[in-house]
Amino acid sequence: MTIRWGSYKVKGLYDELIRVAGKPRPAAEGLCAYLRSLSDREIEEYKNAADMAIQVMGITFTVYSEQEGSIDRAWPFDIIPRVIPMSEWTQIEQGLKQRVHALNLFIDDLYHDQNIIRDGVFPASLLKNSVNFRKQCIGVDPPGGIWAHICGSDLVRDKDGVMYVLEDNLRVPSGVSYMLENRLVMKRVFTDLFEDQSIMPVDDYPSQLYDMLAAMSPRKIEQPEIVVMTPGIYNSAYFEHSYLAQQMGAELVEGRDLVVDTDDCVYMRTVDGLSRVDVIYRRIDDMFLDPEAFNPESTLGVPGLLRAWKAGNVALANAPGAGVADDKVVYSYVPDIIRYYLDEEPQIGNVPTWRCINKDERDYVLEHIAELVVKPANESGGYGMLIGPQATRKECQQFRNLIKRDPRNYIAQPLLTLSTAPTLVGNRVEPRHLDLRPFILSSPDNISVTTGGLTRVALRKGSTVVNSSQGGGSKDTWIVDDGVK
Amino acid sequence: MLSRVAENLYWMARYIERAENTARLIMVNTNLLLDLPKSTQLGWEPIIDILGSREQYLEQNSDYDERTVLKFIIASPDCPTSILYSLRQARENARTIRDIIPREAWERINDTYQIARTMAPSGYSKKGRYAYLQNIILGAQTMTGLFAGTLLHDMGYDFLKMGRNLERADMTTRIIDVRSADLITKHESLPPFETIQWVSVLKSLTGYQMYRRSVQERVTRTDVLKFLLKNKQFPRSFYHALLEVKYCLRRLSRHEEAIGVLTEVGKKVLRADQAILKQDELHQFIDELQLGLGELHNVIYSTWFRLPVR
Repeated sequence: MTIRWGSYKVKGLYDELIRVAGKPRPAAEGLCAYLRSLSDREIEEYKNAADMAIQVMGITFTVYSEQEGSIDRAWPFDIIPRVIPMSEWTQIEQGLKQRVHALNLFIDDLYHDQNIIRDGVFPASLLKNSVNFRKQCIGVDPPGGIWAHICGSDLVRDKDGVMYVLEDNLRVPSGVSYMLENRLVMKRVFTDLFEDQSIMPVDDYPSQLYDMLAAMSPRKIEQPEIVVMTPGIYNSAYFEHSYLAQQMGAELVEGRDLVVDTDDCVYMRTVDGLSRVDVIYRRIDDMFLDPEAFNPESTLGVPGLLRAWKAGNVALANAPGAGVADDKVVYSYVPDIIRYYLDEEPQIGNVPTWRCINKDERDYVLEHIAELVVKPANESGGYGMLIGPQATRKECQQFRNLIKRDPRNYIAQPLLTLSTAPTLVGNRVEPRHLDLRPFILSSPDNISVTTGGLTRVALRKGSTVVNSSQGGGSKDTWIVDDGVK
Repeated sequence: MLSRVAENLYWMARYIERAENTARLIMVNTNLLLDLPKSTQLGWEPIIDILGSREQYLEQNSDYDERTVLKFIIASPDCPTSILYSLRQARENARTIRDIIPREAWERINDTYQIARTMAPSGYSKKGRYAYLQNIILGAQTMTGLFAGTLLHDMGYDFLKMGRNLERADMTTRIIDVRSADLITKHESLPPFETIQWVSVLKSLTGYQMYRRSVQERVTRTDVLKFLLKNKQFPRSFYHALLEVKYCLRRLSRHEEAIGVLTEVGKKVLRADQAILKQDELHQFIDELQLGLGELHNVIYSTWFRLPVR
């Protein structure tokens, strides 16, 4: 039995590939015709080949569990790509650039004059209670006023077909390596498919990242020393850290490899002694960066790193404190932030959001909690949230109490029916919900967006949780030239 | 080059080499046991001694039956010379420096480890053992080839080669130490089998063919020992391994102390003839060589891996 699009049920859903049963969307026609032409056995073979490629290439992510400690797992991957027409993507790209541009202006403002607060657009109380606002960073001027050099924004499409931004990850967003590796796996396995489709390439990212980082170097020299700083092999994104270092030809360092000397410059310990470091792409949270400035218990960081950064002797990406805008309550203000700094209307909208800090909105949330998704302001990875329609009464009550105790820390959103795409289940296809995480790189004179991004898919039937730590997988994301201008 | 990275390359190579050596040792002992009469069974006990794991082995096991020993030296998760332990360590070291080593080499290490892990039981069985061990040996050789052919031949490669050669030299001394003791003291009355056993020593180190080409005489204890300790051309002879380390050291800065230690060990092994003749002196002599290797390792450590901050 082969793939029959006629029996693929999309009623009540927005499917990325299939418009109505049996009818693919224009940009996906070639792909769907190809998939239909495959026999059961071929599908099985491709699936095995992809699994084998992932296994051999050692594409893994690390899961930490109480019982088993840390485990290195193969990356769950679905071989059916998700297709976005280029005409739509061009608009999304513009919207993301606009958004990140405004966010950088916002962060810079918060650490300087705080005009947005004085002008009454953003409440001072929110900043006061922000766990990601770093007083240590007040008055610092990172080059070009850029704080969030790398941003990963999560996009979701509701059943009406509209794309929304679900959240902005401005601290240490991960996933880009999987986007690159997914494409590599697809090219290894489906070589023939790539020959007759116009799929935009994605492999430019590492060189763009390198260029952006190199431009940040405080020393204007031919080959600045760029390093990627990782918490180590037990971090869930370690694969990505080493992958990016490798792709950029940068040194992959841990905190213990670095030292800040009496001249407030950063050095790494090499076999020939100490060697100066210019740019650090850090994949370590603010709080662990520098035990002198932040969490004194941190053994992952480098004592004096913040001092060196403030002295302008080393560049950090993202800048410490950039996470202040990576907060789900701040998120709800982003449309206002865009209007305030750019005097433009947002090109991509937010998901409607109730802020529990405001009494009216809180009352609404407490009353309608069983219909809503409640999220803590500063968690990531899908932890600590409540999906009202799927929760028990007891869980709802727990969350009501949590909200009452700490309203600043919670927001609520309607439960979106995330769009779906055909996903291999056995050797049939079934719709599974998905999202998209594009990555945005910001330099003083240039903002660039990845071609597509990382599509994450909830592999469990009906689930909308796409995080790899919780049963999510991923798909290759194709931006296909649909010839529409 | 980061000190940590240099250290990881060094250990990765040591562990890859160790996995290969252990696999060869099992392969040869399996063959040797088939050739010897049942009454002279050396069994598997000497292998545990060669790997220096007697104490640890006896904590968990009471006898030396084939399956128990093989399970231990193939799959023990905490015996530092077991195949799986070595491959896992090699993989962990490689994983921390994935950005440094060529992708194909990483894929090979990963794959060799995964197969060795899932297929381990076939290594305990007589039937599947040859294929299982061969896969590990070829995996290790492929990695060596990939590093030679695709890794930058920079300082990192020097550390890698030093790790591999020090491990090799160490294994050669271990095999000589245990096997020569066995052969002389316990089995002097069985001359027809002596040759077989010395051949097996050569084979553990893949040296039989090369010995034939180089010595062209019948296999004797003295010649085998000379060949394994002093030959300059045989890649698994002690002296050759030392020379390889020396070439690497020469390319590094601040190498004076390490080369000093190495030269002393080299002089010692060249004067081996006297010790080779007498078994009790040989044991003492091998001990000294091993101490020399240990000292060399320590100097490499303090000179390049654990550099004090100014």
